[in-house]
Amino acid sequence: MGRTARLCSLAAAAVLGLMIVGLIVGDYPVPVRSAIATALWDRGGEFDFVVNSLRFPRIMVAVLAGICLAASGLLFQTLIDNPLVSPDVIGIDTGAAAVAVAILAVGLDTRLLPYAAFAGALGAAALIFVLSWRRGFSSGRLVLVGIGINALLSAVITYMLVRFPVEQVSAAARWQAGTLSASSWDDARTLAVALVVLLPVAFLLVRRLRVMQLGNDTAVASGVHLDRSRMAVIATGCGLAAVVVAVVGPLGFVALLVPHAARALAGPITVGVLLLTALLGAVMLLSADLVAQRLFAPTVLPAGVVTAAIGGPYLLLVLRRFNRAV
Amino acid sequence: MLRHQGLILPLTLALLTSVLWLSLRYGSLSIDTDTVWNAIWSYDPGDHRQIVVRELRVQRTVIGALAGASFAVAGALTQGVTRNPLGAPGILGVNAGAAFAVVVAIHTAGITSPSGYVWFAFIGALGATVLVYATASAGTGGATPVKLALAGAIVSALLGSWTAALLLLDLETLDQARFWLAGSISGRGTEEAALLFPIIAAGLLVALFMGRQVNALSLGEDVAAGLGQRTAIVRAGAGACVVALAGSAVALAGPVAFIGLAVPHIVRSVVGPDYRWIILYSALLGPCLLLGADVVGRVVVSPSELQVGIVSAALGAPFLIYLVRSTKLAEL
Repeated sequence: MGRTARLCSLAAAAVLGLMIVGLIVGDYPVPVRSAIATALWDRGGEFDFVVNSLRFPRIMVAVLAGICLAASGLLFQTLIDNPLVSPDVIGIDTGAAAVAVAILAVGLDTRLLPYAAFAGALGAAALIFVLSWRRGFSSGRLVLVGIGINALLSAVITYMLVRFPVEQVSAAARWQAGTLSASSWDDARTLAVALVVLLPVAFLLVRRLRVMQLGNDTAVASGVHLDRSRMAVIATGCGLAAVVVAVVGPLGFVALLVPHAARALAGPITVGVLLLTALLGAVMLLSADLVAQRLFAPTVLPAGVVTAAIGGPYLLLVLRRFNRAV
Repeated sequence: MLRHQGLILPLTLALLTSVLWLSLRYGSLSIDTDTVWNAIWSYDPGDHRQIVVRELRVQRTVIGALAGASFAVAGALTQGVTRNPLGAPGILGVNAGAAFAVVVAIHTAGITSPSGYVWFAFIGALGATVLVYATASAGTGGATPVKLALAGAIVSALLGSWTAALLLLDLETLDQARFWLAGSISGRGTEEAALLFPIIAAGLLVALFMGRQVNALSLGEDVAAGLGQRTAIVRAGAGACVVALAGSAVALAGPVAFIGLAVPHIVRSVVGPDYRWIILYSALLGPCLLLGADVVGRVVVSPSELQVGIVSAALGAPFLIYLVRSTKLAEL
């Protein structure tokens, strides 16, 4: 078994383990056996409500969202060849957040929120793409335009945060931190549909991305249509990020740093590295959400706060490895 | 691109002078030119409008100019040294460190005045940047650009998450901190500005003479070393400058992220890739953008105010996008 395959099996085992831990721990502990039985075949038992209505959907949302974000980050970083790029840096999350904060701060119907946030994310992505298109595509231009859009939308958010009463602002700040606490089966279903459509596309794009990494001339000579491929990569990456931000809010750190971890462990992009990235995304979000729930229990922190708080030190360790390798 | 970069110097100076003048004149109270002139050269404490100029506007203008120049020059140095168009003091952890320290100060010590935040912000910025450099320097090869940028992103995200946690757990702190976090230069203390002034002046002076070294570094590590440069020393020197400048600026004006990022890009698209000119013009244009944004923020929703951090992004971002579209992108 190759190194990447070994790492993938390890990551998959970690995902399963963390899922089980997520089912059993909480204010209302559930024995391991009953938890697994209730989740898989024994509906309607003593623990049915806690396991199947509260914990299982939340765990599935964490797994699916982690996969989406990490895959999206890897696509962007490989395409743009800049270690600091991720969907949230160039304004896609901020587009969703601007719309969502407006709804929460003004006090509109919160049922609108996921749809509005999704529209905001795609709107920002479309705006960035249109504004950076000029007789073809340049990744430098895309990044700079993205930063501009990001700054503009952040200014809108900051304005709303200082303009409205602190109680409403607090709800907006909480949403902005990204939270899994109200996750339902509907949320998990939305994410699953997005994954079923977009993840295979991402895997299909890996070959083209590998060729494009060799340089534009080589890629063209190998029969890769550059602008069309770039558009496909960007659309896939944006789609994955937009669905997550609509369902759980912005969870910035995962998309930025999980791809680094995966590449530091397994090298430049291949189908295996994409798989490893996706699994590590799930590991990171699952563990972050567990910590978020239990650290200050019964006060529950938003998972987004913890992805960075526990991801940071871990990635500093990865960076040390990376330092030795570079 | 202009071949004679010196030609636009008079133009830039004229722009700076008019922005300074506007900043003294306009606000919730418009004051005519004569009164401003008298307030500066023949002060009459009996005239309440001269008091406004003397006691509020002059300080605010000076603080805004210092912060604008510091942010912009720190951004130019960061972009040159990290060779990354996303380079800005913020990416080295400066803003995140300052914000974290200020939020902790509000939460634990109950400090509520902007002038009380200054030293917390400065120390927070310093601590975060030192941590970023220390992390990036681990391993072989020292603090290379990619490692610096990555370490900065990680430390910023880490501190940002702790800041967010504190704000979410404590409503009062959120209520206090959100105004500082928006970035503003109103009601800042004169004494603190006076204490930070020597640090800013030294930082700007050193930065102005570092253009040549940064030019070599921006060509890449190997080229710089091949030209006989001791790259580790230059990088450390530039890093010290960035910390001094951005730390002081964030202490004075709060985390105004956009100036340090946008001004060097705007300047580069006009004067080209020579850092001797980029640093000089950044120092002149930074105050223009920050003070211009501040004046607009005072006027548009008068008698209330918009924070300068909000307006500078709202004005600067469309301009940056326009420049990125209209010029052949200047490579770093």
